[in-house]
Amino acid sequence: MIRSIPCVARAGVIALAVAGWAGVAAAQGNAAAQPDPWPELASQVFKGRVLADGSALLAIEMPARAEDAAIVPVTVRATLPAGDARRVRAFTIVVDENPAPVAAIFRIGPRATVSSISTRVRVNSYTNVHAVAELSDGNLYMVQTYVKASGGCSAPASKNAEQADLGQLRFRQFARASAPGPMREAQIMIRHPNNSGLQMDQVSRLYTPAYFVETVKIWQGEELLLAVEGSIAISEDPNIRFSYAPSDTKPFRVEVTDTKNRVFKGEWPFQASGT
Amino acid sequence: MARLEVTLGATLMLASAALALVARGQQPIEPLAVTEVAAGVFVHTGGIALMTRDNAGDIANLGFVVGNDGVGVIDTGGSVREGQRLLAAIRARTAKPIRYVINTHMHPDHVFGNAAFENLGALFLGHRNLPRALAARGQFYLDNYRRLLGAQVMAGVKIIPPTQVVADEIKLDLGRRVLSLKAWEAAHTDNDLTVRDDESGVLFAGDLLFTRHVPVLDGSIVGWLAVMDDLARIPARLVVPGHGEVSEHWPAVLQAQRRYMENLRRDVRGLIARGVPLASAAQRAGQDEKDRWALFEEYNARNATAAFAELEWE
Repeated sequence: MIRSIPCVARAGVIALAVAGWAGVAAAQGNAAAQPDPWPELASQVFKGRVLADGSALLAIEMPARAEDAAIVPVTVRATLPAGDARRVRAFTIVVDENPAPVAAIFRIGPRATVSSISTRVRVNSYTNVHAVAELSDGNLYMVQTYVKASGGCSAPASKNAEQADLGQLRFRQFARASAPGPMREAQIMIRHPNNSGLQMDQVSRLYTPAYFVETVKIWQGEELLLAVEGSIAISEDPNIRFSYAPSDTKPFRVEVTDTKNRVFKGEWPFQASGT
Repeated sequence: MARLEVTLGATLMLASAALALVARGQQPIEPLAVTEVAAGVFVHTGGIALMTRDNAGDIANLGFVVGNDGVGVIDTGGSVREGQRLLAAIRARTAKPIRYVINTHMHPDHVFGNAAFENLGALFLGHRNLPRALAARGQFYLDNYRRLLGAQVMAGVKIIPPTQVVADEIKLDLGRRVLSLKAWEAAHTDNDLTVRDDESGVLFAGDLLFTRHVPVLDGSIVGWLAVMDDLARIPARLVVPGHGEVSEHWPAVLQAQRRYMENLRRDVRGLIARGVPLASAAQRAGQDEKDRWALFEEYNARNATAAFAELEWE
C-alpha cells in the first residue's frame, strides 16, 4: 500500500510544515536551487536497491510543459529489445517534487502482456519524473524526464467540485487500429475526486482529509492484467489506458477500492472490434 | 448635490490620507488608472498578459460602483499593491465607506489584492463554492506565484475567503443603487459570480467573458456554453469582461468566445471518438482559433486538456 511506504512519511512532514517550507523556497528564490530529492527518494522507495539505466528497456513520455497542473498525461512503455526474454513485472512512477512523490505503482499480471500504460497525474512544480521498471529477473531499471510546471492560474485541484456520480466506472476497448500488431488498447475511467489531503483550509488552518483511489485491479477472465496502487497524485477521475495482447474473448472485470473502503466493480464483455 | 458631496468628501479623504502617509514616512500610492464607464461606475482595464514580475499581476479588469451610502468593489487585482492602488483610485473619487468587496472567482489575478481591503469594515462576497476552491488552491497559489512573481510583488498577499457567500442571487444596496449578484453553475470555474449595476445597466461578467484574451477553461466547457445562453439574457448596456475591453455590444460580444468553445468542443469530441490519446489531442484541438486570440499558445492546450477530461465522460 503506497500510504505505508517511507516516502509518504516525508509527505506528512511537508504537510505539517508547509508554511515553513514555502518560506524556505521563497528565501532561496526558486525551487531549482533546492537539493535534488531523488537520491534519498529512490533509496527510500526502492529500499536501497540498485537502479540501472533503463533507457534501452523502457520509456517515459510526458509533455515538456504541464499544460494543466491537475491533468498531466504520462505514459510508461516497455521497449525491451527482441531476444530479451524478460518481462516487466511492475512500473513505478515518481513525481519527485510532489508532496507525495510516488504517484502510482502498476503491477502487471504474471501472464499478462501489458506493454504500455498511460495515466494522468497532478504536477505541483518544476520536477523530474522517474519511471522505474522491475523486470522478471528482479532487476530495477530507471528512466526519467523533466516537466515544467504550468504557468497561469492552473492548480493541481478539482475543476468542478460539485461533480456527482462517485464511483461510476467506464471501460473502453479501442478499435484495433489504435495499437500495432496483435496488441489492443483498453481504458478504465473512474469517477472519483481523488482529493489531495494537502489542501489547507485557509479559515480553519486544517488540512482536508485525503480521499483517493487506492487500488484498481483489472482482469480478463480469471487472468489479472493489471493491479494499480494509486495516490493523491493521480488526477481527479482516475484514467488508465493500457495496451495488451488479448489471449481470449473472456469478459473484463474491474474492482476499485478507495481510502474510505468503498468498493466499485464493473464487468464488460470482450469486444472483437472495439470503438 | 451628490456630485458635490463626492468631491468634498474625496478632498477631505485625500488630505487625510496624504497626512497619514506623511506621518508614517511612506511613499504615496499611485492610484490605479480607472475609467468612469457610466455615472458612478469605474473600471480598470488590466493588460492582456500572464501575471509576471514586470506587470506585477495587473492583468484582470477591476471595478467599483459608488452609491449614496457606500462603495462596492468588484475584484481586487493580482497583488496587494494593486489592491492598494485600486483603493487609492476609489479614495480619489469618494470618501464613502467601502461596503462590499466582491470576488468574481478564485483566480489570483482577481483576489490577490483582497488584503488591501481588509479591516475597512467591508463585507467580502463570493460564490458559494469560493471558500472550498480557495481552501483547495490557496496555498498552491501562494507558493506558485511567489516563485513566478517574486517576494516583492507577493508582499502581503494572503487568501481572504468571503465573509458572506452567494448561493444563487443576492441584491446589495449601496444607497439608491442596487448591485445584483448572481452565482453560476460550473463554467469558467466552479465559482463564477457576476455583478450587475441595475441603475446603469453595467454588467461585470468576471471571467465568464473574455474578449481578445483567449478564454481560459478551469471549470466545465459544457457548463460554460450553457451559462453563456443564460448570461446573454441578462440585459446590459455595457459589459465588462474579466479580460479584454469594455463593450456596448451585448450580448453579441459573447459570440467569439462561444465560437471558440464550440470549436474546441467539436474537435475534442472528434478526437475522443477516434481514440486519440489526451497528450496528442491537447496539441491538435482548437487550432482553427489560433490566429483569433491573444495568448492562444499559453492556454489552448490547457483548455483542450481540461475539455478532454470532461468530455470523455459524455
